[in-house]
Amino acid sequence: MAEIERESTQPEGPVISVRDLRVQYGEREILHGLSFDVTHGETLVILGGSGSGKSTLLRTLVGLEKPSAGQIWMKGQDIAATSRKGLNEIRKKLGMSFQGGALFGSMTVGENVALPLREHTDLEDSTIEIVVRLKLNQVGLLGFENYMPSELSGGMKKRAAVARAMAMDPEILFFDEPSAGLDPIIAAGIDHLIVQVKKAFRMTIIVVTHELASAFLIADQMILVDKGNIVAHGTPEEMRSSTQPRVRQFLDRVAEPEVSQELDYLQMLTGGPTNTGQVAGWRRGV
Amino acid sequence: MITDLFAQIGKTVIDCLSYVGALAYLVARATYCVVVGPFQKKRVRWKRAVSQAAEVGVRALPILSLITFFIGLILALQSAYELRKLGALSLVATAVAITVTRELGPLITAILVIGRSGSAFAAEIGTMRVTEEIDALETMAIDPVEFLVVPKFVAMIIMMPCLTLWANAMGILGGALFGVTEANFTWGRYLRSSIDALYLHDITTGLVKSIMFGITITAVGCYEGLSTGGGAEEIGRSTTRAVVLSIFLVILVDLIFTAVFFAGNQ
Repeated sequence: MAEIERESTQPEGPVISVRDLRVQYGEREILHGLSFDVTHGETLVILGGSGSGKSTLLRTLVGLEKPSAGQIWMKGQDIAATSRKGLNEIRKKLGMSFQGGALFGSMTVGENVALPLREHTDLEDSTIEIVVRLKLNQVGLLGFENYMPSELSGGMKKRAAVARAMAMDPEILFFDEPSAGLDPIIAAGIDHLIVQVKKAFRMTIIVVTHELASAFLIADQMILVDKGNIVAHGTPEEMRSSTQPRVRQFLDRVAEPEVSQELDYLQMLTGGPTNTGQVAGWRRGV
Repeated sequence: MITDLFAQIGKTVIDCLSYVGALAYLVARATYCVVVGPFQKKRVRWKRAVSQAAEVGVRALPILSLITFFIGLILALQSAYELRKLGALSLVATAVAITVTRELGPLITAILVIGRSGSAFAAEIGTMRVTEEIDALETMAIDPVEFLVVPKFVAMIIMMPCLTLWANAMGILGGALFGVTEANFTWGRYLRSSIDALYLHDITTGLVKSIMFGITITAVGCYEGLSTGGGAEEIGRSTTRAVVLSIFLVILVDLIFTAVFFAGNQ
């Protein structure tokens, strides 16, 4: 029923609007002014290499990092400027599945899923128990309520984390590297789960990944982040047919051109008169 | 050259002050959660506090008993060494009772709790930081301080005085063993003269100190845990820092309070 209500009250227009978002760690700027929109019910995949800033982007979207400039409009509120209380109100409508699952090791799987319900609702214990079983059933973990997270495999942990993220029937679901560290079969299972969730609940989903296969399977829209900038934004088809060199390099899995000339290395070591700073900086950015 | 030295001193002072400030802020937030929280329909997690209290307090009892019993015995031996020369061996009970209740009971308890619980707080919260569990709490709109830190404060503030009282008793008992075997006391007479030697404020000042130690240990352990960087190495580092800094700060707090009590007694 919540689903029906949500749809009827959902206004047209973007669920998330990011405008000129900049994030700094100390002196170093990680994100250099990103802007994009996510519409309701859409699955956005944020692609990017290691160190591209895609994880920072995700952490900023859920309010774990404070932007140094720019706005993030979510549910009509700028979460970059809102108070802690306001941010927490919005967070109750978000679900986040972390890379390693981030299940609480001292609680059972069932207690993990029940935690947000116990914290934020007045539901009776028996009702919470039913919701927990329902959520675990949705991710294929029914019967594992009383297991400790340490007794679960990597894939099961991720599933349990998805169940916990969905516990409060969130409107937006975030995934950080859902298939990282999993074997191809389990990873495909997680992709399948995301597609299922998307179909069943029409949630807005934002996924950060560098796995191309899974990205193309689940995405409605894709963003390629590189060195803190959005270099491409479009549907999977548009991405596939893109001729932009950085997109092609990422999609075709072409390695960075190696700085392999012996001369360069020598000069790097001796601090010789080449463009060492440039080379070092470029390598770091990769 | 000399300006560098002053700059270095200034920086160190600022670092120390900002660290103490951060600890104070954590204590203030935790206090706010306990005192104001219930009026804002936020509950204090008593269940978590009770399980913490069992971990901090009850499980520490055997080792604490043993250590303070030995400390009491050592104190009796050491003071007897001097008192025997004066022919005042019967004062051993007084010496042990006062030293244990005013100083060594609270201090030894604190040092033991630092080793057992302060380090555990830092490691537990540090691990949660590294495995993104703290981040998960925040994205679930659960305040990590309220959820993790407050129960630890509550547990410590309740358990430290209890442990200290127990440590006092065991210390006196350790002294009594010497008194009975070497100084012609009976158990009853030794305990009688210990109690006679003590004023109530000897015990209460020790208990007040122990509460302050509890707050210090929890603040440092939790703060170090929460400010852990990425990686397993960092957890080790925060745990070590938590232990070393707690010992230092507990002794500093001890000095301050002993001085205050001393001044107040004049």
